[in-house]
Amino acid sequence: MNKSKTLAVQMRGITKHFPGILANDNIDLDVYSHEILALLGENGAGKTTLMNILAGLYKPDAGQIFLKGQEVEFHSPKDAITHGIGMVHQHFMLVESLSVTDNIILSLQSSGLNMHTSQVKKRIQELSKQYHLLVDPDAAIWQLSVGEQQRVEIMRLLYRGADILILDEPTAVLTPDEATDLSKILRKMTEEGKAVILITHKLNEVTAFSDRVTVLRAGHVVSNVLTKETTKKELARLMVGRDILFRLEKKKCKAGKAILEVEHIHAINDKGLPALVDVSLQICAGEILGVAGVAGNGQRELAEVITGLRSLTKGKVLVNGQNITNSTPFKVINAGISHVPGDRIGVGLASNLTVSDNLVMKAYRKPPIVQGQLIKKRSILQFVDNLIKVFQIKTPSSETPTRLLSGGNQQRLILAREITASQGMLIAVYPSRGLDVGATESVRSILLEQREHGAAILLISEDLEEITQLSDRIIVMYEGKIMGIVDPDTTNLETISLMMAGQALSTIEKHGEEKTIA
Amino acid sequence: MNEAFVLSILVITIRAGTSLLYATFGAILTERSGIQNLGVEGIMMVGAAASFAAAYHSNSAWLGLLTAVLVGVILGCIHAFLTITLRAEQVVCGLAMTIFGTGLASFMGQRLGPGNSTMVGLQGPAFERIGIPFLRDIPYVGEALFNQDILVYLLYLLIPVIWIFIYKTRQGLELRAVGENPQAIDALGMNVTKTRFTYTVLGAIFMAVAGAHLSLGYLQGWADNITGGRGWIAIALVIFSTWNPLRAVLGALLFGGINALQFRLQAAGTTLPSSFLNMLPYIVTILVLVLITWAERRARRLGTPTALGIPFVREEKK
Repeated sequence: MNKSKTLAVQMRGITKHFPGILANDNIDLDVYSHEILALLGENGAGKTTLMNILAGLYKPDAGQIFLKGQEVEFHSPKDAITHGIGMVHQHFMLVESLSVTDNIILSLQSSGLNMHTSQVKKRIQELSKQYHLLVDPDAAIWQLSVGEQQRVEIMRLLYRGADILILDEPTAVLTPDEATDLSKILRKMTEEGKAVILITHKLNEVTAFSDRVTVLRAGHVVSNVLTKETTKKELARLMVGRDILFRLEKKKCKAGKAILEVEHIHAINDKGLPALVDVSLQICAGEILGVAGVAGNGQRELAEVITGLRSLTKGKVLVNGQNITNSTPFKVINAGISHVPGDRIGVGLASNLTVSDNLVMKAYRKPPIVQGQLIKKRSILQFVDNLIKVFQIKTPSSETPTRLLSGGNQQRLILAREITASQGMLIAVYPSRGLDVGATESVRSILLEQREHGAAILLISEDLEEITQLSDRIIVMYEGKIMGIVDPDTTNLETISLMMAGQALSTIEKHGEEKTIA
Repeated sequence: MNEAFVLSILVITIRAGTSLLYATFGAILTERSGIQNLGVEGIMMVGAAASFAAAYHSNSAWLGLLTAVLVGVILGCIHAFLTITLRAEQVVCGLAMTIFGTGLASFMGQRLGPGNSTMVGLQGPAFERIGIPFLRDIPYVGEALFNQDILVYLLYLLIPVIWIFIYKTRQGLELRAVGENPQAIDALGMNVTKTRFTYTVLGAIFMAVAGAHLSLGYLQGWADNITGGRGWIAIALVIFSTWNPLRAVLGALLFGGINALQFRLQAAGTTLPSSFLNMLPYIVTILVLVLITWAERRARRLGTPTALGIPFVREEKK
């Protein structure tokens, strides 16, 4: 490594506005050949915008770009490509119905009618060997796994002789094995003198992949360091702008009376198969009950049955002693249950409506928001401004469409709405999925705060760390059945993992006892 | 049923199918690029009126055809400007184009005859049938296939040309890709707007020529509502064809055939009420659409261009 590193790209004073948002503010960035640079930052820090400018997709409002010392100006992605800059977007830019070869032919800057299919195929196979990029040139894109599609994207850049490769969140969609393969491919490319830029918000990715890190925060560059000279903790601080508590403060649970009682419920899933089998649980005021399990073992259906989105076939659901078995969602809401759905954008928000529209979506039926049949704009403004302040929702204005917010702010918006509407019972499904470090921390502390205020919370998550950190009790689900209820402070992760794999708690304990006896 | 009866049905099938196929090709090219144009009926109508008027006054069917091409360019540009440049709602634009086109054509029909009089009932120059020596002597099909007007022969050439263009050339690949994923095409440095504009205008030319074949080839004259819903059938045929020009040929023959059968049955004095016979092609359209959609659903690949009807915007955060 480090053989004749040369300056490949210099970006100077790059500034870019979006309506209401300053995405990049006077950014300077250096990229060297023979090097993997990580561009680290939270969601909404301006990483992708900056790289879209380098790839010619966006035009900067101000600033210059130099390639090997020469100033360049890109009017379209085509200009960037002719200068050897290629980008693999987070959402792949492939045409699903076409084959790998067709997709690569599309990207070639040739004219004329002839597609030269056989020549292209041959070259694909050569590159395949050179960089260990395994792709079947004849397969249609929709038949390929996400990891394979990513390889097609990289192949396409290599085919066109790109020297500077930009990858946007490349491992977000990969299995651990695929990520290791990718790391090898990228190393191979830097050995051949190419420059690689990784856009990421994951600290593990930075330490595993990169040589150097540039940290962005709120549209500014806050740091430039060599990867081996820094730590995850320091990077997290730089990225978020304050110390991150990897361990949250949790006071001892002072459980009150039972708020939610679920008694022997059965339900079937969308395919008509049993999803919940004889599930019973109780949650008390001021308690978080965590539901652990591999995805698809009835967790989603459990939340849906309680919130009235799915009917149950047997059993009873009670809130504050009131029977809400097979009620409509409207009745469930009136009974005091709030729901933070797992599908944030699809179920949780009307993403083209404004922040204020989304925030009043549960409050608009009651005064002071509504008087008679008319909605009072002034009461809405007061209501909304207050929530934006209390829950620290970062938005240009209350009239901004919610789709323009970052994932963390969208989730805080949903939490704000649901907690305000809630009367002591909250159901949170995958609340921190897809969020960066800072946003995850804030979502978790909001949940703990609600618990302090005496809310009963059902927390469904795939993140074991989250579950053990937040919950007072944990139930583990497997194939729609409860494998057991454990206390996170006295149970080890191994027991929970065994339960997630389908062993009932009683058999694990018996087995343990036999061991100690023997 | 005698041989002459069958033969006459075959002849009309081809002649009636021709304008349908031109229009369907036009719609396939437009929709493959991701633009929906429901103005087929209107563009055909204006194409028919304008080409007949031009041919009548210049006494040249060829000048009539040229006028139809011009109509296609103008109306295609209007639709492209509205839907691509201004990103207007495509369905509404197309419907407006049909209403506008129907009205305009009817107005032209009333005024563009000799001395600002009506064109209805006028005899004008037309593309006459030209028999191809030897080929027309092939038993049964010869007379139907090879004793037709020049626009029919042109279409014979266009069928393989369009198929090869769409599936076997670079430009065809780009066309297909733009209708599937314009963001990808844009990121690859190609011009989405230009591609969509080109095919929307080209498609409209085909639609206008389809109209010209009605007034200059098949029906040889002008009458109000000359297209009689053929534009709508073409839109249905696009779905029937699953955007494949070869399957469109099959569809056009099927509908041309039903059309011909209906004519012949009426001429033969059948006891079936004529209004029922007139309904026949449209009933079959609905039935075929139901069947095709159902069958393709089951096969899970409808072939609809994924980005059809969705305006392309580059610089917007999602």
